[in-house]
Amino acid sequence: MNQHHEVRLNVNGTEHTVSVPPRKLLVDCLREDLRLTGTHVGCEQGVCGACTIIMDGQNVRSCLMFAVQADGASIETIESLASGPEDLHPVQQAFVDCHGLQCGFCTPGMVLAAKSFLEQNPSPTDDEIREAIAGNICRCTGYTFIVDAIRTAAERMAGEEAGQHV
Amino acid sequence: MTVVTGTGTREVGRSRTRLDAREKLRGEAMFTGDMEVPGMLYGRVLRSQHPHAEIVSINTSAAERMPGVAAVLVGRDLLDIDPYYGHAIKDRPIIAIERVRFSGEPVAAVAAEDEATAEAALAAIEVVYEELPLVDTIDKALDPAAPLLHEGPIRPGLFHGLGNLGERDGNIGYRYRLDSGDVAGESAGAAFVTEGEYLFPAVYQYAMETHSVIADWKPNEIAIWASCQHPFLVQAEIADLFGLPIGAVRIQVPYLGGGFGSKSYTKMEPLTVALSRKARAPVKIVNRVDESMVTSRRHGMRCWMRTTADADGTLLTRESRFWLDTGAYMDNGPRVTATAADSAPGPYRWRAVHIDAMCVYCNTAPSGSYRAFGATHLQWVAESQLDELARKAGIDPLEMRRRNLLRPGEPVRPDGSGKPLDADLIGDVERAAAAVGWDEPKGPLVGRGVSVGLLAAGAHPVSRASVRMRADGSVEVSVGTTEMGQGPRTVMAQIAAEELGCSSDRVRVLGADTRFTPYDRSTGASRSTTLAGKAVQNAAAAVAAKLRETACEVWDVASELIELRDGKAAYGDLEMEFSEVIAKRFGFTGGEIIEGGEVRPMGGDTGSYAEGPVFWEVCVAAVEVEVDPELGKVNVTRTATVADVGRAINPLLVERQDEGAFMQGYGNAMFEEMVYRDGELINDNLLEYRVPRIQDLPRQMTSIVVENEDGPGPHGAKGCGEGALAAVPAAIVNALGDAGVPITQLPLTPERVWRRLQDLSEPQSTEELT
Repeated sequence: MNQHHEVRLNVNGTEHTVSVPPRKLLVDCLREDLRLTGTHVGCEQGVCGACTIIMDGQNVRSCLMFAVQADGASIETIESLASGPEDLHPVQQAFVDCHGLQCGFCTPGMVLAAKSFLEQNPSPTDDEIREAIAGNICRCTGYTFIVDAIRTAAERMAGEEAGQHV
Repeated sequence: MTVVTGTGTREVGRSRTRLDAREKLRGEAMFTGDMEVPGMLYGRVLRSQHPHAEIVSINTSAAERMPGVAAVLVGRDLLDIDPYYGHAIKDRPIIAIERVRFSGEPVAAVAAEDEATAEAALAAIEVVYEELPLVDTIDKALDPAAPLLHEGPIRPGLFHGLGNLGERDGNIGYRYRLDSGDVAGESAGAAFVTEGEYLFPAVYQYAMETHSVIADWKPNEIAIWASCQHPFLVQAEIADLFGLPIGAVRIQVPYLGGGFGSKSYTKMEPLTVALSRKARAPVKIVNRVDESMVTSRRHGMRCWMRTTADADGTLLTRESRFWLDTGAYMDNGPRVTATAADSAPGPYRWRAVHIDAMCVYCNTAPSGSYRAFGATHLQWVAESQLDELARKAGIDPLEMRRRNLLRPGEPVRPDGSGKPLDADLIGDVERAAAAVGWDEPKGPLVGRGVSVGLLAAGAHPVSRASVRMRADGSVEVSVGTTEMGQGPRTVMAQIAAEELGCSSDRVRVLGADTRFTPYDRSTGASRSTTLAGKAVQNAAAAVAAKLRETACEVWDVASELIELRDGKAAYGDLEMEFSEVIAKRFGFTGGEIIEGGEVRPMGGDTGSYAEGPVFWEVCVAAVEVEVDPELGKVNVTRTATVADVGRAINPLLVERQDEGAFMQGYGNAMFEEMVYRDGELINDNLLEYRVPRIQDLPRQMTSIVVENEDGPGPHGAKGCGEGALAAVPAAIVNALGDAGVPITQLPLTPERVWRRLQDLSEPQSTEELT
């Protein structure tokens, strides 16, 4: 049970090798071994979405995976989104501007879910946005301002994209 | 949405973006569970699987011998202290002593070098129980033959704030009565009478961050990092338990991942401190969701109510008896009971009222505060009786309320005590009704309902704060309010900036650290903006006075001629940056101005806090529903809630709070329910205890912000964020009644609604409990 395994992870562009017990969850590995505490532990059942990360381009609940299962994977956590220490990704900026957060506990998971969704669907309808975050629980808001934030982010990113092509 | 132009103010009334948004969005905001302190051990708790049993023996020797285990704590480790706590009633041991009273009660705790080792050690602890008769429901607890869950005289806690707590009466641990007038006499000639029994289930606050504590016990100082809403009350209780002066207990509060009352008062802190004391090292305990669900919840309730009116719909009398299931320990039960009783008459004029509220011990997990407590329990019962009388009298429910609602200045409590009504309730409910199309035609199985109530808000009005301007003109506000999502760091910065005449961008608001932060009673009861905000305003005004004092010395003019604006002191064309003012004050490039502000019940500039409550929080909503007769599903199609806030310091934060309260009220009404079987909570996880997801919520939700500048807080503000939670279940129940499906039990699950529809379609339907 206590025999450790070496696991290679590319997290936020940096290669890491960590030694973990076989039953250590990926979320605990990120938080404890790599000290990336922006990924939160909520229900530990895959229901709330607070532990959402992006693994090899897909949204993943990091509480439902063992760290050893992620061997060789490429992982993005909330800490990677902004390009510099003062920056915000357009999705993050839209959450600021639309008041799309309160306590902040669900926020990193919500933002990552929104980011990978917008990469696949850059100009969504409100219904599609609602569907995209249906697996992320927020207990503070009534969600409407989160939808506003994601729509705003989509519009701004589309604007930037259009600007680049002119 | 009310458009606020911020007339006369530069910061107050503007929807500043949250000052904590960047940290939270970048994943940098620290919650207690994210923190580590040097030498820290991990604690896990062994919890009783029996709801009521004697502990015959506990054998910890195998667990203690396991490599990596530092300490195992059990009840006998606490023989050298008085281990009972409870801010209202000291009835709860830090860890079970000889007896367990609920399934989930801590029986032993392990501190180990990692969580897995601690968890493995729990499995090695042998506990022998002898089961005792189960008292898992209110009915069983009230049976004269039931075993008593607590005996002996009631030991008042440090902070019950309810005067004489009275005598224990069987398993009734607290009782509160409101009596005014002669109910029998006044109701004798009533034209319309309604009477019924109602059931409300226990529900869970579900803050997404579970209860989390790090404690570091040392003989002369205890350091705690905790997800707690009321650090100063916890500080005093820990000091009392462990025999230290208050100042030797240091509590630091990082960000909270939601609270909603679940983290009010003392929760996991005493156990974590006791485990650290045994282990002689810092210990961290982070609950799982199932553990937090047996740490706090909303009281379940059984209620009987009778209301009468005369022929023209004028209300005559109301009587109610209700019983709240407080679980094995009182926690905040007495306050919840008193607040529920205050909500039972509703904001109406009565000839006579008799309310008898009882808080009952049961072998279930303890109940405490949950957002809008008491009011959420009673408002839907009280308001559904009002609608039933209106239907019987053939009066439109909105008109029924116009005729009977209190007007501003009228006494709220039937005995005339306490603060009179400080809000325009008729205006509020009319706006809400209009927003859901009150007068529009409606089809079959479509209903509209309104509800109006009041919540005694503010708790005890004691708050202090300090404002500190550094030599560079930057500002720090030190205030004990806990940031758990409501946005006080932003609001307090705006309040301070307004007084100082600078932008809120240059103001930092610090989280509570009881070593440095001035005292604030608590973060709850919608009190922070009103009371802590007033303390911040007073402190900032005192700093502003110092700035003016120096500027008038420099320019040799009267201080009232000096204006503070844009971060400068100004007199005519003359201007000085704040940094320059401070440099002039001290003749040196350092120094600072630091001042305190205070709010207390007596004295100061607001005598109104003395009579209590600090203000009446308005609980008003309107809802339109559509019932699917085949499935029993209730579709909530349009909703409106009213945030009657006096003055919105930050209008978007007000709407966010109001919308969040709506969402929780919707969940409480529609599907949330803690399900017990033989004293065991069987849906103790998020898969089986469902909270609203985005797909559950109605498409049209209107939040109406009302600003009559009639609050006792800064700029006429008063609190918000709870009212909608109390108002929404009532409005949904009333809309359902309007659609022809009156219901007397929550939640409104499709099965319950469908069965009620079947009963109603039978020729001889009865009014029994659905």
